[in-house]
Order: sequence, then structure tokens, then C-alpha cells
Amino acid sequence: MSGQIWDVAIIGGGPAGLGAAAELRRLGVARVVVLERFETAGGIPRHCGHPPFGLREFRRVLTGPAYAARLVEAAEAAGAEIRTRTSVTAIRPGGILELATTDGPQELRARRILLATGNRETTRAQSLVPGMRPVGVMNTAALQSFLYEEGRAPFARPVVIGSELVALSALLSCRRHGIRPAAMVETRPRVQTRRAFGLLPRLFGVPLHCGAEILGIEGRGRVSGVRLRLADGTEHRIGCDGVIFSGRFTPEAALARASGLALDAGTQGPRIDAEGRSSDPLVFVAGNVLHPVETAGYCWDEGRRMARRIAADLAGSLAAEAPRPALAPGPGLRYVVPQALVPGRAVTLNLRAEGRVRGRLVLAGPEGREYAAASVNAAPETPLRLDVPALADLPAELHLRLDREG
Amino acid sequence: MVGAGTDADVAIIGAGVVGCAMARRFALEGARVAVIEAAPDILSGASKANSAILHTGFDAPPGSLELACMQDGYREYMEIRGAMNLPVLETGAMVAAWTAEEEARLPALLAQAHGNGVGDARIVTGAEALEREPQIAPSVRAALLVPREHLVDPWSAPLAYATQAKMLGARFLFNAPLSAARREGGIWHLQAGDTALTAASVVNCAGNQGDRIEALLLGRSRFEIRPRKGQFVVFDKASAALLRTILLPVPTERTKGVVLTRTIFGNLLVGPTAEEQEDRERPEVTRPELETLIAHAGRLVPGLAEMPVTAVYAGLRPASDRKEYRVHAEPEQGYFCAGGIRSTGLTAALGIARHVFGLWQGAGHAAAPPADPPVPVMPNLAEHLPRDWQAPGHDGIVCHCEMVTAREIRAALDSPLPPGDFGGLRRRTRCAMGRCQGFNCLARLSSMADDRLSRPIAAEAGA
Ligand SMILES: Cc1cc2nc3c(=O)[nH]c(=O)nc-3n(C[C@H](O)[C@H](O)[C@H](O)COP(=O)(O)OP(=O)(O)OC[C@H]3O[C@@H](n4cnc5c(N)ncnc54)[C@H](O)[C@@H]3O)c2cc1C
Ligand SMILES: Cc1cc2nc3c(=O)[nH]c(=O)nc-3n(C[C@H](O)[C@H](O)[C@H](O)COP(=O)(O)OP(=O)(O)OC[C@H]3O[C@@H](n4cnc5c(N)ncnc54)[C@H](O)[C@@H]3O)c2cc1C
Repeated sequence: MSGQIWDVAIIGGGPAGLGAAAELRRLGVARVVVLERFETAGGIPRHCGHPPFGLREFRRVLTGPAYAARLVEAAEAAGAEIRTRTSVTAIRPGGILELATTDGPQELRARRILLATGNRETTRAQSLVPGMRPVGVMNTAALQSFLYEEGRAPFARPVVIGSELVALSALLSCRRHGIRPAAMVETRPRVQTRRAFGLLPRLFGVPLHCGAEILGIEGRGRVSGVRLRLADGTEHRIGCDGVIFSGRFTPEAALARASGLALDAGTQGPRIDAEGRSSDPLVFVAGNVLHPVETAGYCWDEGRRMARRIAADLAGSLAAEAPRPALAPGPGLRYVVPQALVPGRAVTLNLRAEGRVRGRLVLAGPEGREYAAASVNAAPETPLRLDVPALADLPAELHLRLDREG
Repeated sequence: MVGAGTDADVAIIGAGVVGCAMARRFALEGARVAVIEAAPDILSGASKANSAILHTGFDAPPGSLELACMQDGYREYMEIRGAMNLPVLETGAMVAAWTAEEEARLPALLAQAHGNGVGDARIVTGAEALEREPQIAPSVRAALLVPREHLVDPWSAPLAYATQAKMLGARFLFNAPLSAARREGGIWHLQAGDTALTAASVVNCAGNQGDRIEALLLGRSRFEIRPRKGQFVVFDKASAALLRTILLPVPTERTKGVVLTRTIFGNLLVGPTAEEQEDRERPEVTRPELETLIAHAGRLVPGLAEMPVTAVYAGLRPASDRKEYRVHAEPEQGYFCAGGIRSTGLTAALGIARHVFGLWQGAGHAAAPPADPPVPVMPNLAEHLPRDWQAPGHDGIVCHCEMVTAREIRAALDSPLPPGDFGGLRRRTRCAMGRCQGFNCLARLSSMADDRLSRPIAAEAGA
């Protein structure tokens, strides 16, 4: 144990963690350390060789790596310490972190902790995709890391599974590196992005199959094909030497789970209250570990917001913990963040619905009283927002409801 | 010496756990060994996917060769594991009865266990079972407790056997399927991939190809392989806290049934299924069966209901047209067979190797055992013992889910029996075996390892 006590230890050096670090220093918090397991901080954008990043943060369009470097610079310039090759292996009560470093295990103590471990794409295994288990099957992040970090291509003719935004970045990355996707396959009935983006595959000459079922991945050593049942019921085999499983993001919540923080069934990430506190009041949470996927800019901003809550807490001015009425997402809603309100704290709820949504989003109390409402019209996988004003009196129970139109 | 004038005294066909143990035994006894393997690495067949239980033989057929080999194998594993640094996770097993019918079958199982020499097996009440395992469904009625059923590292152990054989001079040929063979003047002329070699004897350890190899060598086969697939689901590491003891079902005639167990790597797994199939090379995972396994696990241990899945896999048991092992010899043909080692081979391999060596010796062959044979010391991958990342100077963690260091990757690549493909690297280090399945580390691993693998992670350009 190094002996010194940090004011804030931030777990994860992505946009959320680095944004929070710089902001904490700006607010005068003295001792701030960012703990990052990789050789370089920056998070996922490190290997997103494509723009656009940085509009919100730096008011210019940057590639991922350039953006990641700017975030690191900004945090360091503000006086935060960044420790790379440092993996947090456990969060213990009382602000104690167990670390894995190149010098072996260590411990670190901090008055507050910010968990910002990001998220990842669902793996082929997690989705229980049938077939053989050959080499050449990977997530988009691994592909990008091949192309932009290691400077080499993992395959020449992959099939892309999924049609969220990240699938389109997979397409763009492939195209830039002379990789020609054999097809793009969405198992849901519709493309998971706005229509305009949905045209991209066609523009690139990549056949798009929506509503297809993956019958099997083929190949003994290396992947050789994907068998599909298309929406029209016909079966096809697409030859390929790679498969990219894109999107279906899931929080990197292993550390939170192993450390016994309460998790949310909807997001699979830690539960927080409107102040950003997890079930351990010394541990705050920000970034994509809280919600399946938001942009880097959103996460950076969320990190800064949490930084302000932490600074307030260190100064003793944060609202007391209890009571925290829990928010329950109603039918058709997948999740809500935060999962609990705090009296007197205005907050913007971050929600996601199943599929495409048009209608009215309502936060209602026991007698049907509406505490907040907004009309929504959004593509699938688009985050929804609901502003809730500061409420002094909160009922014990609140419900979130989606009244669909049409 | 029959072997004079040949490339090897014994050619071992197949480098699964049985072939690896066989190579070690013959090499320890002083025979000149060649191992012929079709795949780029050892453990590419049945041996790459099992439940990793070191069985006591409590439920094996009484008086069978299988039982004898399992108990011999168990004993030898315990003897050599200290020097080789091979782990054991001492869990014990409970054959749990959930219905009155199952409960009624426990006394017979107990009698069989005692008859098989597993004297410490005993029946515990439902309350005792729950006290031992508070997270299992409270409907458990009773259980047969078998304290010495344990967990092992299913890959490091056979790798240790093969490595010792290699250190003793055994020759390993990979990407070398045996494709032709003829016996002339008491010598086998074998074509293994691009290599032609001669051997006095062959030992058939070809797993799911065992009958075909026998037919290739002898012109006919005494047995027929009928592969039986077993699928598994591995849950996130957080789940390992939910169960200590291996949870077995009351067996039926056909199968040992679906097991719920920790792994020595700190996960929890449920499986295997038992599905007959024709194909010998395609252990495919299938969604309905995986979903059934997950649901089953959630019923046995309700806390698993919300648990994320880390991995799914399947293996093909080299079962045959009969239940027993197909171990036999045709001494005048220089032919020895360890076939049909369907569902207990990890435990029994060392015992099978001793047995087959005995057959070989009995056929009049002899060799001079080397004094002070070298013993490989294996890197530890078991979660309950110190791992490399806990020792300074490891040059950084490459795979964060399984905490695999750069030093471990390099050591595996530089080892006496380096991996031939990505699967081999994974089995030697656990890299990319964890919850992110390479999301974070695959590209880096490819850069570190590809020029050393006969089958690289990245497709060759233009391939
Ligand atoms: C392939 C891909 C492409 C994407 N493309 C875009 C895009 O074009 N534009 C966009 O806006 N967003 C994109 N995203 C979304 C991206 O996740 C977010 O932009 C952003 O990176 C989230 O920030 P974060 O700080 O929450 O998490 P991350 O960026 O994921 O950072 C988390 C950091 O925490 C570290 N960490 C995790 N666990 C530990 C631990 N136990 N100890 C120490 N460190 C730890 C990780 O190593 C990582 O550096 C993409 C995501 C992926 C996967
Ligand atoms: C689902 C499942 C669960 C199990 N659980 C356990 C357990 O908990 N405990 C336990 O003790 N046992 C268990 N087993 C059993 C154990 O895994 C097997 O008994 C064992 O792996 C069989 O090993 P083998 O060497 O005979 O076959 P294999 O591992 O299949 O080896 C045969 C080798 O021969 C090679 N080969 C084939 N044809 C040729 C050729 N023409 N030329 C050269 N090489 C060739 C193959 O490539 C292969 O590598 C389990 C098995 C399965 C499938």
C-alpha cells in the first residue's frame, strides 16, 4: 500500500473517466488518479480510426485515436495522474481498491471512487449462436483493434452480424482497408439505425438480410461460412473467412458484479441514484458501464456531471442517501438510468424502449399523478430522455410508462 | 530389440489425452516414440472439451478395465502432480436426488461405490446437502456424497504428459494425418501427412477415428465408433461463488447426465448433453440444447438465473458400439489399441497408458528406462492458486478477463511443445477464454503469436 489516500480514484480511462478526471481537478479536488488496464488510456476510441469524435468536447472533428490522445492530454494538463497497465481487480467497502500492476498486486485507498469501465459488444457465445467455433469470429472492437492498433487485417471477406451504428463503422473500417464484407445480417426484422444509415450497405454493394436467423457458423479451423434462414423462409449459405458480431452492447460490469455492487436487470450495469451513487455510497458510476451504448461525447459529459456530484459529496453538500424511490420501467421499456431519484435533485432520465417508438413517455406516481412527461419518436436502439424537475416530495413508488401511438 | 532399424519403437496415432499419456509412459520406459497427430496441436479432438472431473470410479462398471484404469490414473495423477505443478481443486461431488424415485436409487449407488473401493462415499440427507451447498434448490431430498471426486486442469495435465515425453526424446508430428500404412517384415511403414516413417509397433489412440485407423492398419476393425456429443455452457466467474461441490444427477442407463460444477479456472459450467451423431468432426453447439442447459442450471441453483454466459462449447465422446473401452492388441501385427475411451479418459489416461504398455511388454518388447527422467514444471492456470499476474515483472496483462500476462503468452510460444493454433494457445494460457472472448485482446494476441502458429488467428492475405 502506497500509504497516501487519494481524493478520487477513477476506474477506467475512457471518455467518461478522463472527462471526470479533468473536471474534478478543475473543481479543485486535489488528488485524482485514473486507473487504466491498457498501456494507453483513451478507452474504446483508441482503436476507432474513424471520425467523428470530439465535436462536443473539442469543437472539432477528430478520429478516435486523436480524440483519445486529446482526452488524456486534457486530464494530465489538469493535474490528474494516469496510471496505465493497472487493472482494478476488486472494490472493497471503505474506498479500497485491489490492483493488478506489472509489479504485482497492490492496494489503493480513495475517499471516493468513480467506476467508468465502459461496455463491450455481446459475444457470439453469449448470444448462443449455433454451429462450429472456428477462428475468425470476433466483435467489431477486435476488428478495429486489428486494423487501427496492430495495422493488419484479420480476414478478407467477413459477414457482418447486426445493423446498429457500430455495424456501420465496421463496414466503413472494412472498406477503408480493402476488406469486402460478403453480407450484412440483422436477426431483428428491421435495420437498427435510422433509414439513411440503413442505405449504406447497399451503397457499398453489401447484401443486407433483415429478419434472418443464423442456423450455424461453419468451419473447422477457420470460419468458412454462415448458414442462414432468411425472412422469406429460404435457407442460404454465405461463404466467408470471418464473422463480425457487432453491437448488442453490454456493460463491462464484471468488476461491479464481483465486488457485490447492486446491478440492474435492464442494463446489466450497476444501479445508481440520481446523484450517481451505486449501492456503495462511496462508489459513483459514469459512462457506458451504466447503459448499453451512448456516444463518446455523451459519456464524457456524463463523467463531468458525475465529477461535479463527487466534488459536492467531498465538500459534504450532497443530498443524503435515503430515501431513494426506485424507478421501475413499464412494459415496452428496457431500462432507465438512474434507477432511483433523490429528493430535490433534478435529473434527466436515460431510457431505452423495445424497437421503434412513437408516443408519450410518462413518469407517474401512485394516483396516476404525472411528475414528468415527454413525447418521443425514435428509431430502435435510440436512447430516450426524460427531464425530471427537482421534487422535494417524492412518493415511495414511481412508474415509467410508454403510451404508444399508432 | 524389435525396433532396431526403424524410426521409432512405437508410433502413437493421435495426441488426445490418451495419446499424450501413452507417449509419456512409453518414453519413460525407454521406448523411442513418435506421435502422429492430424491436427496442428495436441488435444484437438475429444480431449479439448470435457467436464474436467477427476473421477474416483464410484459409479463405473464393477470389475471393468475402465474402473481399473480410472483408479490407476487417479492414483498416478496424484503422485506426479506435485512435481509437475498440476492443480487439483478438491471439491467432492454430490449425486443429488430431487425426486422420490431418484432417492430410492441412492442405496444401490452407494453399494456400487463401496464395491468399487470408494469407501468414503456416503448418503447425506437433504438438510445436510443444503448445509453444504446453501445455494442449491431447497427441494433436494438426499444425496450421495463422494468426497474424492475432484477438478483438474484438463489441458495442462495432458500437456505435461506430452511435454515430458518430448523432453525424453519423443518426436511429435503435427498436421500429419495417418493416411496409409503397410506392414512389411515386421515393420510398419506409415505415411503421416508429408512424413513417411517406420515403427515396430503402433498404438491407436485416434479417438473418434479409432475404428477407421484400426481398419486402415489391419484391414478390418473390431469396433465401431458412435460419437456422442456433449454441449456445455460456462457461466461468468461471479457464479463460482454459488457452488463448491460438483453436482451430479442420479445416473440413468445411458449417461452420467448433466453436471453442474465449478471449473478449476474459477467459472461454473453446466453440461454435457448426450447426443448421438454420425459426424465425427463437427461438435456443433445448438441453441435449444444450450437453452435447456441454462434453464436446468437455473433450477438447480436459482442464483444462476441472471448470470451472464461466458462461453459455450461442445465435445464428441469417442463412444463405440459397446459401453466398455476398446483396448486390445494384435501382438504379431505390432498393433495396440486404446479405443472407445468415451467419457472417462481424462481420469483414466495414465492408467490406460500403463495397461497398454503392459500389453506391449507382454508381447515380448523391452526397453531400458532412462535414469532420472526430466520432469516438466507446468505454469499454473488454476484460479485458486497463485497466477503469473500476481508475480512482478510479467510485462503487463494481455487478456484482462482471464488475467493472462505477456510473459505467459511468450512462455507458451517458447515452450517445448508450443501451440500449433489459436485453440492451443488458449488452452495453454486461457487467453480469450473469458467473458469478452477476445473483444479486447484478440488483435494483440494475433500480433504476438501468428508467426508462430501453423494456423494463425488472422487469415493470410489473399487466402
Ligand atoms: C467498436 C466500437 C466502435 C464505437 N464507435 C463509436 C463511435 O464511432 N463514436 C462514438 O461516439 N462511440 C463509439 N463507440 C461507443 C464507445 O463505447 C463510447 O464512445 C465510449 O468509448 C464510452 O466511454 P466510456 O468511458 O464509458 O468507456 P470506454 O471507452 O470503454 O472506456 C472504459 C475504460 O475502462 C478500462 N477498464 C475497464 N475495466 C477496468 C478495470 N477493471 N481496471 C482498469 N481499467 C478498466 C478499459 O480498459 C477502458 O479503457 C464505439 C464502441 C465500440 C465497441
Ligand atoms: C462432453 C464430454 C465430457 C467429458 N467429461 C470427462 C470428465 O469429466 N472426466 C474424464 O475423465 N473424462 C471426461 N470425458 C472423456 C474424455 O474427454 C475422453 O475420454 C478423452 O478425451 C478421449 O481421449 P482420446 O485421446 O481417446 O481421444 P481424442 O482426444 O479425440 O484424441 C484422438 C486424436 O486422434 C487424432 N486423429 C484422428 N485421426 C487421426 C489420423 N488419421 N492421424 C493422426 N491423428 C488422428 C485426432 O485429431 C485427435 O487429436 C468427457 C468427454 C466429453 C466429450
